[in-house]
Amino acid sequence: MNAWMGTILRVNLTTGTVIKEKLNEKFAKDYIGARGLGTKYYMDEVKHDVEPLSIKNNLIFMTGPLTGTFAASSARYNVVTKGPLTGTIAASNSGGVFGPELKMAGYDGIIFEGKSPKPVYLFIEDDEVRLEDASSLWGKTVFETTDLLNEKHGEDFKTSCIGPAGEKLVLFASVMNDKHRAAGRTGVGAVMGFKNLKAVTVKGTKSIHVADPKAFFEACKDARIKLKANPVSGAGLPAYGTEVLVNIINSVGGLPTGNWQESVYDKADDTGGESLVAKYLVRNKGCFACGIGCGRLTKLTGKYNEIGEGPEYESAWAMGADCRINDLEAITKANYICNEMGMDTITMGSTIACAMELYEKGYLTDKDLGGKPLLFGDAEAMVDFVMKTAIREGFGDVMALGSYRMADKFGHAELSMTAKKQEMPAYDGRAIQGIGLNYATSNRGGCHVRGYTISPEVLGLPLKMDPFVTEGKANILKIFQDLTAVVDSLGLCLFTTFGIGLPEIAAMYRTATGIEISDVELLNIGDRIWNLERLYNLENGFTKADDTLPPRLLKDPIPAGPAKGRVNQLDVMLKEYYELRGWDAMGVPTKDKLKALGLV
Amino acid sequence: MSKILMVSPKKCTGCKTCEVICSFTKTSAFNPKNAAVTVHDYEDVGIAVPMMCMQCEDAACKNICPVSAISQNKDGTTLIDFDKCIGCKMCVSACPFGNMSVSYENRRLTKCDLCDGAPKCAEFCPSAAITYVEATGLNILRKKELARRFKDLAEEEV
Repeated sequence: MNAWMGTILRVNLTTGTVIKEKLNEKFAKDYIGARGLGTKYYMDEVKHDVEPLSIKNNLIFMTGPLTGTFAASSARYNVVTKGPLTGTIAASNSGGVFGPELKMAGYDGIIFEGKSPKPVYLFIEDDEVRLEDASSLWGKTVFETTDLLNEKHGEDFKTSCIGPAGEKLVLFASVMNDKHRAAGRTGVGAVMGFKNLKAVTVKGTKSIHVADPKAFFEACKDARIKLKANPVSGAGLPAYGTEVLVNIINSVGGLPTGNWQESVYDKADDTGGESLVAKYLVRNKGCFACGIGCGRLTKLTGKYNEIGEGPEYESAWAMGADCRINDLEAITKANYICNEMGMDTITMGSTIACAMELYEKGYLTDKDLGGKPLLFGDAEAMVDFVMKTAIREGFGDVMALGSYRMADKFGHAELSMTAKKQEMPAYDGRAIQGIGLNYATSNRGGCHVRGYTISPEVLGLPLKMDPFVTEGKANILKIFQDLTAVVDSLGLCLFTTFGIGLPEIAAMYRTATGIEISDVELLNIGDRIWNLERLYNLENGFTKADDTLPPRLLKDPIPAGPAKGRVNQLDVMLKEYYELRGWDAMGVPTKDKLKALGLV
Repeated sequence: MSKILMVSPKKCTGCKTCEVICSFTKTSAFNPKNAAVTVHDYEDVGIAVPMMCMQCEDAACKNICPVSAISQNKDGTTLIDFDKCIGCKMCVSACPFGNMSVSYENRRLTKCDLCDGAPKCAEFCPSAAITYVEATGLNILRKKELARRFKDLAEEEV
């Protein structure tokens, strides 16, 4: 095969056996790779009603056909499972160098089944694959684990692992690779922890071949030139990282503040990309073969004195504006803790913000919190609770369940800013209508990277749309969701879509794989993947009633700022969205639609 | 005057685009371990250093080659004649910078040949950490300083 390596590793953790099997080529053709292919394998092999944290749940690492090639920003791999935070299908992807290294060892992906009786890690050096005892790694942080594996096996090994949070089944634990890169959302790290799987460490020396090297090179070159010329991927992101968005989103009145009670933060600039560059940036950090280089290698010199990566925009927002905290040093430190302990920054920060509101309203008391208040703006308490959550100490044990379960426990689930029990990130769906529809319909719960309508609604890419209106949003969202499913499945970074579109992406896919497929047919695969994920959630009992937003977004108008007085008009958009998707009024794909997609 | 590859570690993001495109140029497939350029990323101090052949004036690889398979062209680029090369790998041992390596793809020696005058690493480096520039007096001084540090490092390791 070209672009794919043609082999899948199947690891049964219960019995300790490793099998190499041929990649299912029909699956690969129909679902591409990474997110789509992983989901197809997952759904084919695991009963839908499985408990996420149970021996019968599988955990899949999957790369895409473009992962590890010269394609622009082709660093990514996906972790697919059923998410313990949401109970939905979970596909969480990450960059760095781990994904390409796995592919160069000769494997498109790894399917983990069962549960190991004791802590283990998977060792891969080309054809040599075995499970090793991880007793001495258990309890270690992500950074320690990575360093210890490099000391033992050599510095060429690339590691993906969990930290203490994953071991302790924090419901939003992440799988971390190359120390600082996260398959962050939906709690995939808790599934890994439940399986007693501490890490995967890999070294590969094989080459990735493509069908038409010359044409592929030209397609990649074309994409890279366009990405360089684009103001976001070529200038904004390299200069300020994703944090460039703090001031931009605040200026349109869409920066949720104080657990979404307001949408403008007067001290936003203190937490933004410009401040990060001025105060803490050491240099940009690029993932494998990335021409953008949005990653931030940062250094704290004050009381923390550490070097690390981040924060990203959504992380800085969750632990910043959402908690009304403008102390960028504390935000960066909290981000480092999330990375080394292996936790999702968005859910972590949002959960603390939710606890702050519960406390402010008197629903949580000093006693619940371990004898101390938890006020908006208290940076020290925020950092403290991040660590407490990772090790599940005191009230951190409740925060480890995420904001929905925490708020529900104290009788106020309505104050959890979640969709399908996962925290919505950094863009207010009242000020930016389309992103609200995306949160409500995202197959993995509240999430911005399933259909990033911020591109047209705020950044004006590929065309400018008014963020306040609902017209046209269902249509653009469907296209974005389908295209994103393709991008995620190819192993590309979503940020490439700022500068290139379907034609460039399809050109890279065709020349890499040798598969004759039109641009539209490729986009239809995205539609197929989206519907496959939808079917999984429907099988699990999710209904139209779950395609919704917290009452605050639907009923409480934004109190001040450019979007003052607005709520999200979900009803209008959702109806149109279902129609465009070929779903019935209850959000169920029609027979005709499934037939057209080859899903029946 | 001839051109040289100028390395500016402070600009490097550690993305390995140079490695990826180099391996492709040499083997028509992607594998950084087959590249003639390697990025060493020292994250703990925030510096990443792309390393490739320095095209030494007095080249150890050329001097040690028992079959005279390594020569310098008129621009000073050190090139391997694979018709003459017997694969003894003496040059790999001799290079003070470790810039000679053996490809996993075809077991042939891999060495920077400046891509016949249009180095792909420089063309595609996203942050201009590698540039292909005229070896002016100023540039060559910087490059020599950098090379000297690598040499010191290599000597320390021995």
